[in-house]
Amino acid sequence: MPPRARPLSPHLRIYRWQIGNTLSILHRITGAVLALGLLVLSYWLISLAGGAAPYAAAMRVLASPLGLIALMGWTFAFLFHLLNGIRHLLWDAGVGFERTQRHLSGWVAVLGALGLTACVWGLLWSGTHP
Amino acid sequence: MGSAKDGVAHWWAQRVSAVALIPLTLWFFFSLLMLPDLEFATVKTWLGLPISGFLAVLLVAVLFYHSYLGTIVIVEDYVHAVGVKLLGLLALRFLYVLAGGAAVFAILRVAFGS
Repeated sequence: MPPRARPLSPHLRIYRWQIGNTLSILHRITGAVLALGLLVLSYWLISLAGGAAPYAAAMRVLASPLGLIALMGWTFAFLFHLLNGIRHLLWDAGVGFERTQRHLSGWVAVLGALGLTACVWGLLWSGTHP
Repeated sequence: MGSAKDGVAHWWAQRVSAVALIPLTLWFFFSLLMLPDLEFATVKTWLGLPISGFLAVLLVAVLFYHSYLGTIVIVEDYVHAVGVKLLGLLALRFLYVLAGGAAVFAILRVAFGS
């Protein structure tokens, strides 16, 4: 029998990039990024327990340009992981499996996370916090 | 180790902790955003409230657990050498208990004074 070129389905180098697998991978990446953020959350809480001087030092690190970029990244990672996580929970409950529903909810998760990140940082920049 | 042995329990734990984290994380971020500023005294007074301290301890416990469950799957999926995989999983477990324990202790210290 002559060999036929069959696609080996979910194989990364063959699989076509589309919203479904892209968001699945992004869910894992944002999860890993948020795991790193837990170290910063611990550091921040420990500095708060340590007193005014350690807390001020921690806030200086977080308010530095690099710190702010990281915090914005974590804001997006958190919001996307939250929205896409709700999407996964709904699938687990058997809701939203139709092709159009999957695509719509996927775009809601990505664009919603981007929009909400912009809202949060716009709010912060408009003067409530330094 | 791995999905063949305790996959169902892992699957459930990941989803139950995910559901709990929806209100807990939103409470945490909204509370911080609602504070007039993020000065030391303001944040310490807020976290020192019994309800804040209680919810913050729950948040850290569930958050670290959920993150641990997700991170070990990444190691299980991509690290294939058995020895390195086992060491990585053990190191992760130690790191999570260490950082999570320190975070909980810090919250308790703010709540009950030093």
